[in-house]
Amino acid sequence: MMGSQNEGFEEAQLFASKEEMENLMLDDPLNGSKSYSNHRSAFSSSMISETHHPFSPSMISETHHPFSPSIRATPADTDPLLSPPPYRDLRNPNAEPESSYIEPPSYTDVIFSPFDGDNVGDVNGVESPSRNSDNSGRFSRSPSSSTSSPSWSSENIKITVSNPQKEQEASNSLVPGGGVYVTYLITTRTNLQEFEGSEFSVRRRFRDVVTLADRLAESYRGIFIPPRPDKSVVESQVMQKQEFVEQRRVALEKYLRRLAAHPVIKRSDELKVFLKVQGKLPLPTTTDVASRMLDGAVKLPKQLLGESSMVVAPHEVVQPAKGGRDLLRLFKELKQSMANDWGGSRPPVAEEDKEFLEKKEKINDLEQQLSNASQQAESLVKAQQDMGETMGELGLAFIKLTKFENEEAMFNSQRVRANDMKGFATAAVKASRFQRELNAQTVKHLDTLHEYLGLMLAVHTAFSDRTSALLTVQTLLSELSLLQSRAEKLEAASSKVFGGDRSRIRKLEDLKETIRATEDAKNVAIKEYERIKMLSIGRSWLVRGKKENNRTELERLDTERKADLLNMVRGFVLNQVNESSSSVQWDD
Amino acid sequence: MITTQRTVSGSSQSPRSPSSQPYLSVSVTDPVKLGNGVQAYISYRVITKTNLPEYQGPEKIVIRRYSDFVWLRDRLFEKYKGIFIPPLPEKSAVEKFRFSAEFIEMRRQGLDIFVNRIASHHELQQSEDLRTFLQADEETMERLRSQETGIFKKKPADLMQIFKDVQSKVSDVVLGKEKPVEESNPEYEKLKHYIFELENHLAEAQKHAYRLVKRHRELGQSLSDFGKAVKLLGACEGNSLGKAFSELGTKSETLSAKLQKEAHQLLMNFEEPLKDYVRAVQSIKATIAERANAFRRQCELAETIKLKEINLNKLTLMRSDKVGEAEIEYNELKAESEEATRTFEMIVRLMNEEIVRFQEQKTVDMGIAFHEFAKGQARLANGIAIAWRSLLPKLEGGSSS
Repeated sequence: MMGSQNEGFEEAQLFASKEEMENLMLDDPLNGSKSYSNHRSAFSSSMISETHHPFSPSMISETHHPFSPSIRATPADTDPLLSPPPYRDLRNPNAEPESSYIEPPSYTDVIFSPFDGDNVGDVNGVESPSRNSDNSGRFSRSPSSSTSSPSWSSENIKITVSNPQKEQEASNSLVPGGGVYVTYLITTRTNLQEFEGSEFSVRRRFRDVVTLADRLAESYRGIFIPPRPDKSVVESQVMQKQEFVEQRRVALEKYLRRLAAHPVIKRSDELKVFLKVQGKLPLPTTTDVASRMLDGAVKLPKQLLGESSMVVAPHEVVQPAKGGRDLLRLFKELKQSMANDWGGSRPPVAEEDKEFLEKKEKINDLEQQLSNASQQAESLVKAQQDMGETMGELGLAFIKLTKFENEEAMFNSQRVRANDMKGFATAAVKASRFQRELNAQTVKHLDTLHEYLGLMLAVHTAFSDRTSALLTVQTLLSELSLLQSRAEKLEAASSKVFGGDRSRIRKLEDLKETIRATEDAKNVAIKEYERIKMLSIGRSWLVRGKKENNRTELERLDTERKADLLNMVRGFVLNQVNESSSSVQWDD
Repeated sequence: MITTQRTVSGSSQSPRSPSSQPYLSVSVTDPVKLGNGVQAYISYRVITKTNLPEYQGPEKIVIRRYSDFVWLRDRLFEKYKGIFIPPLPEKSAVEKFRFSAEFIEMRRQGLDIFVNRIASHHELQQSEDLRTFLQADEETMERLRSQETGIFKKKPADLMQIFKDVQSKVSDVVLGKEKPVEESNPEYEKLKHYIFELENHLAEAQKHAYRLVKRHRELGQSLSDFGKAVKLLGACEGNSLGKAFSELGTKSETLSAKLQKEAHQLLMNFEEPLKDYVRAVQSIKATIAERANAFRRQCELAETIKLKEINLNKLTLMRSDKVGEAEIEYNELKAESEEATRTFEMIVRLMNEEIVRFQEQKTVDMGIAFHEFAKGQARLANGIAIAWRSLLPKLEGGSSS
């Protein structure tokens, strides 16, 4: 949390970003630009962590910060945005990745950003510690994959996940040793306007990521959202293990980078808040949402008794029924969907978009086939693995035989045979190794297949969002027509009674009110549905195109690899053929 | 097919060829299932081509079944002690496997090799039993065959041996000798040790070879399943990506077929020869047992003779009227003893020759097996590499679109 400083949220932000800017102007006597950039993020984070987070022993060495106003004038360090080639800043096409100089213009935005105070000179006079690159070891730098950001726009976000740390739950836990969780340092560099800042560092735990993913899924229905890393049901022992933590760190980084590359999501409030806000993540957690369901269960009897509003409020209409508190709505929509499926009559608004329906079918089919292909690929790899293994074992058996024959040889023919066997055994063992290499490659390619599968599932979710939006519309329309017919009947009945029936008139008024509300809800629902429709169509082509390229590329690499390795095997084995055939001739 | 063992000299030529070189060529072919239900069996056609005078003509075709081959092997084993009788392919352990095409082919190949080895062995080829086997009509063969498989399912010789063993054990105990008598020939000891160890090593190698065959089959199956799945995937995607997938799938299926083929080749040309090697070693073990028997018999007789001699001398001194009887007995035993010694020595001599032949033969056989293995693997790897390579340009076209 804020620690000793009881500053307001915004002030803290101001403070933070000012310091970040100071950091950017550091003079760096070191040469290794990469390690330095690591360093810088370390430093900025160390600054923050100093003030806002409990010290971890590893951070103690970085208590000091070299600040000096004069340094500002000397551009001396590398723009981290420039250092890895794919992240080349287009505004500075001439800047070299390894250059240790910054061109002042590259910091124009930063220096003159709204939060830049005049008091840049207000600096903590701290001496520079010995900055050695052994720090960089702890801050991992995932190699930028060539597939992740195909286009480097002038607006970008760069995220790094690092420095996993154990922390204790504040509340007392009943389980001894429980309540320990891991947080990760999430460092962001960006030049997006929306972020109102250029560099941030926060600590998040995995649960926060789940919350983020859930909130995004709600807010961006109909858009293809990258799937988040899996939760793992493991015991706390494993949770803290180095390997597991590292795996998770990598997965989180990948995920956040994907979000940051998504043209819509990168501008989302949810992501911004996640990356920027210190301390507790200010997004409603899924348990909050779940408790809404309980509220809904409580509400239901009242609804049925007519005491509570039976109409879906417009703002709720925008959410799918499943996620909301309104069980009644849930039931109504379920009824509608059943009517759609089995009822004879066509619903008032049908999914006219044939293309969508076809695509939905296709997506389902594709998913199935993809999953099937993925499974078969797995067993293929296993079969290849077994082959390599058995080949190796065969080789070993013959090596033993060779040794045996040589030791016990009484005749020359035995020695010749032993020699043949040795040649054979060596070949077999080598072939086994080749096979293993081939497999390692194949497994890597398979990984991407699984990633693709994951993305497909996200696609599926988006599609079902659209379907459920449509269902909401249909349900409301049905209800509307029902209410209207009821109103008509009531009007007809009360008009017969001279002077009107007070109770009936009141009922009619209520009914008309309900109708108006339902109309509103319906209009909103239709708008929502149309919105989702538009988004899903647009985005789908983007994703498809991108993934097509990826898949083909991978296949190509895979087959190339296979061909190469097999050629090696072939060449080698042919040598063996020559060798063994010559020994056969000897015997003849 | 192992061609080096087929003929004595020259190749199997038409019987009318004016070749003056003696030749005897046999082939076991054309397995046919006969009979019904439990009594069903496979019969083989055995074709003999020869110009040897002992045979009834240049060509003869007979029908034989597995138990006929067993008869031949047992007869040869009886008569030619000391010679390593070529091994027979085993009876099938698993009932349902008995009539599978693969098993039948493996057996046929094994029987063919068996007969040809006999026909090319300088001693064994002169066997009358061989001639009977190759020429007798089916009824005669059946009669002979049933004679051998007695009620006890043991050869009479075996039964006799059992009695003798019991006898000798009893006398050993009586005479205070617990251990069976064994040769104290260090070289022979070494050989025995070698043979027993060899069997273990070979059995292990053969086990892995068989597993390798299975792996080829499994990989073939996997490729086929994968190919199908990918093709279905291609059908979903459509356009160039779909085509790419469909190509990938087709290639996978092609490779699957190659793998199945190679698996079969591996089985017939590598695994079977290895198994044959194991069987050959087991046959040698049987010969070793025979030698031990012969040695024991020789020793026993020598012992008995000594006793008889002592007895005879005693009787002669006593001027008993049993002397004549005893003398006859003594002389008979003497003859037997000499016979036993001769038998034993012949076995020793033959074995020494056989072991040399065996080692040389096995080096040749294994050389061929390795060669076939390497060829097959190279062919396979080449085929796979070509298949994948041919796929690449098609994929490149896809990714650029």
